[in-house]
Amino acid sequence: MGIVEAILLTVITAATPLVLAALGELVTERAGVLNLGVEGMMIMGAVLAFAATQATGSPYVGILAGIAGGALFSLLFGFLTLTLVANQVATGLALTILGLGISGQIGEAYVGMSGTKLPQIAIPLLSDIPYLGSLLFRQDLIFYMSIALVAGTSWFLFKSRAGLKIRAIGDNHASAHALGIGVIRIRYLAVMFGGACAGLAGAQLSLVYTPQWVENMSAGRGWIALALVVFASWRPWRLLAGGYLFGAVSISQLHAQALGLGIPSQFLSALPYAATVVVLVLISHNRRTTLINTPASLGKPFVPDR
Amino acid sequence: MRIELERRPRASALYAVLSPFIALILTVIAGGVMFWLLGKDPVSALYSFFVEPLLDVWSLHEIAIKAAPLILIGVGLSVCYRSNNWNIGAEGQFIMGAIAGSIVPVVFHEWHSPLVLPLMLVFGMIGGALYAAIPAFLKANMNTNEILSSLMLVYIAQLFLDWMVRGPWRSPEAYNFPVTRDFAPEAVLPEILASGRTNLGFVFAIVAAVLIWFMMRYTLKGFEITVLGQSERAGRFAGFSSRRMIWFSMLLSGALAGLAGISEVSGNINKLQPIISPGYGFTAIIVAFLGRLNPLGIIAAGLFLALTYVGGEAVQLTLSVSDKVTRVFQGLLLFFVLSCDTLILYRIRLVFPGRAVPAAHGGAE
Repeated sequence: MGIVEAILLTVITAATPLVLAALGELVTERAGVLNLGVEGMMIMGAVLAFAATQATGSPYVGILAGIAGGALFSLLFGFLTLTLVANQVATGLALTILGLGISGQIGEAYVGMSGTKLPQIAIPLLSDIPYLGSLLFRQDLIFYMSIALVAGTSWFLFKSRAGLKIRAIGDNHASAHALGIGVIRIRYLAVMFGGACAGLAGAQLSLVYTPQWVENMSAGRGWIALALVVFASWRPWRLLAGGYLFGAVSISQLHAQALGLGIPSQFLSALPYAATVVVLVLISHNRRTTLINTPASLGKPFVPDR
Repeated sequence: MRIELERRPRASALYAVLSPFIALILTVIAGGVMFWLLGKDPVSALYSFFVEPLLDVWSLHEIAIKAAPLILIGVGLSVCYRSNNWNIGAEGQFIMGAIAGSIVPVVFHEWHSPLVLPLMLVFGMIGGALYAAIPAFLKANMNTNEILSSLMLVYIAQLFLDWMVRGPWRSPEAYNFPVTRDFAPEAVLPEILASGRTNLGFVFAIVAAVLIWFMMRYTLKGFEITVLGQSERAGRFAGFSSRRMIWFSMLLSGALAGLAGISEVSGNINKLQPIISPGYGFTAIIVAFLGRLNPLGIIAAGLFLALTYVGGEAVQLTLSVSDKVTRVFQGLLLFFVLSCDTLILYRIRLVFPGRAVPAAHGGAE
């Protein structure tokens, strides 16, 4: 395997959790809900996936635990913001703080333990294609899921009736409610989808990216995922491009550190965070395009009148 | 069973006062359950977490030391949040304030003068304010979401501090440990009580809270903050500029976070090291909300959150529970505070299936 292939493989591994977490948040935001708790749901997914894998020996059970954990944890956010109409920004922050705390508590027992890496699945025939085969078709299950979820979500949002409902709620919840669409119920489902995707992203971190448990191992990826949604202007396929771009940035800094260019490692480590800010500025400085793309009800509370 | 909300005709004054206390009680109950799940006796664990630190002088001083940065940052954030500017990067502004303030005692360590300390404090405020100016500029002029930009800057500040203490500012006398030289005595915030370590930082916190309370309550600026926060449109009609408010609130909260940073470093740590904060900048968000964004409430809330830090250390020693319980407590507390605040504006009604839903049109939305 050539060096280029090896680098591209690491880019894919770094990009997958960003794509997954951002995809979930994209659907949540399309339904008009801003959940800033991605980081918290992701880290919960990571620790639960690791714990379940340790308990059962099967990383596939780990994946399920990550998904279920993220979805259940997001319900907490849903209950507060949808049922009790609490402030979405503050509740999202609370979810992140709580997730970091609980995961640290659960993970205490697993610090320093070596984990089980999710095995690769070679797809017959396709994996024999030179170059492309080993990059795209000799991957782990979570990678395949991420691509399938992007395609599926794109179809679902723009081609299905339920997707239309989600977008209608996100753009004008009062009108959607007047049409008889169950705003709160659909928003609950969208929030849970976001939680499940973030949990799966977390599972990727503790089962594929670095198969072990490290406290705070999400390291701001949940926040970067939030920025990616803005970057992608709420469209799933653009998200894939953005996720891979960010994966490339975070990997390039690792390789630059290995090369030892004389640049302090801290500056290189700061690169993905700085890139996030720069990209956000570039995307959002045009007020008009931002207004067109942003779901109009995003972050606004809704209380149905009876 | 369903939960339905009915908007109250006006905000309930009773629940505005009660809601933080209900939240505290719920947090303590949830904490008891957590200790029980960890296999500890909940009553004695809660006792050593919440009560024991209040019984000895040393712990009381620790609480005051930890409350100081929480209150300073929290009152600054309350101005931001009231005006609808979501600065969540106070942790970064705290760190940059600490670094800027440390220029004097680290770089000019041979200069001895009574001016050292005041200069450090001023530099600290400028450092924090300048770092908050980045998300302020990006929001006011480039339409960039301040939540994400201010948070990203936290990671960058942490890495910058790490580089400073391992690189250019590493002390020649520290045997390769990543710390700066110890601050000279005139660069250390003086202690204010004979009985323990509480330093002048606590006084800064109380003064800042009272000043901002006064501003919010009795000045036009305070009115402007409230109006713009509740409705930007209404603010515009009154001639207030929401752009100027972005700058004002972000620079103010940045300066206070910077002051907290340099006070912590000068009064408590006496040097710079890779980690100077156990997440004060994030915990202060909880403090701001628990204090209901009211500076006087924030004093009380800051003291309580400081207690959770000290209590966490206490149970770590006595019950060998990890100090991570502190973070869990803090997260739970914010959850309960936010849910109890619903009671102020809404009546909560449980609706059971099979019973007629009362026809109430409370003018919701």
